[in-house]
Amino acid sequence: MNDFLAMGGYGAYVWSAYAVFFVVLALEALAPRATRRRVLADLRGRLKRRDARNEASA
Amino acid sequence: MNALTLWFHKTGSPPTAYRLAGRIMPWCYGLGLVLGLVALYGGLVLAPRDYQQGDAYRIIFIHVPCAWMSLFAYFFMAANAFIALVWRIKLSEVLAMAAAPIGAAFTFITLVTGSIWGKPMWGTWWTWDARLTSELVLLFLYLGVIGLHAAIEDRRQAARAAGFLALIGIVNIPIVHFSVNWWNTLHQGSTVRLMGPSKIDASMIWPLLLMALATHVWFFGSVLARTRIGLLELDGGKDWVRAIALDDDKEAHA
Repeated sequence: MNDFLAMGGYGAYVWSAYAVFFVVLALEALAPRATRRRVLADLRGRLKRRDARNEASA
Repeated sequence: MNALTLWFHKTGSPPTAYRLAGRIMPWCYGLGLVLGLVALYGGLVLAPRDYQQGDAYRIIFIHVPCAWMSLFAYFFMAANAFIALVWRIKLSEVLAMAAAPIGAAFTFITLVTGSIWGKPMWGTWWTWDARLTSELVLLFLYLGVIGLHAAIEDRRQAARAAGFLALIGIVNIPIVHFSVNWWNTLHQGSTVRLMGPSKIDASMIWPLLLMALATHVWFFGSVLARTRIGLLELDGGKDWVRAIALDDDKEAHA
């Protein structure tokens, strides 16, 4: 196991490269979830304002 | 309208495309993850040590697939931008803009992992050679497209302007690809070739190709996730989006 982690002396390079790969792709996969929540919340706000306007003018 | 045109119009209509994308997306993410993990096992455990580079070469199993993706995502973005500009198809505008952040992510990974690989092998983190510089330009092109798209209020005008920029930037793609043949450089030449024999052993090439497949599938999952959001933004005032927005609120408070 230690041999595996050491990667023949290149452990720090190999594992940091793989860490970058995983972290960036994880963020890339999570980003759309956050955007989706924000877009839908924006839409609800706009709908609410529109309904309020319609009621005021009716 | 004939059957094919009808099918095309229906599938391309935002609510249908949204539903279809939602059904395919989890399979892409799931398949990409499974294939990627198998490829990692093959690359990190099963593949033998390289006779010249030792274990440092194992960075190839993420560096090269991500580099291919950085070009593939750009090609996907530019092709959709072209369709969007010529035929004014809304879905293509959304698809093109969905690909930009994913391409930027893969380009970023390519640059960073390449730099980490370069330090022990070349003795430097960075050199201003043609391959590295053109890949950096690729990252700036992605960021330019994302920035331009975000800066314009009207979603359709934003997609059209950013799509135009994406099309101009396509001149950079062959430069990235052929740079190692055109100029002398520290960067090694192509390892895997479509024409002629690859310069890599079978035990090393299968994890590499499998990871390439995994990143492609993952890319499409992510494109679909982002396309769904783009469609919601594009059709913001429509009834079907309104229903989704209200449903989402109920779920959040349940």
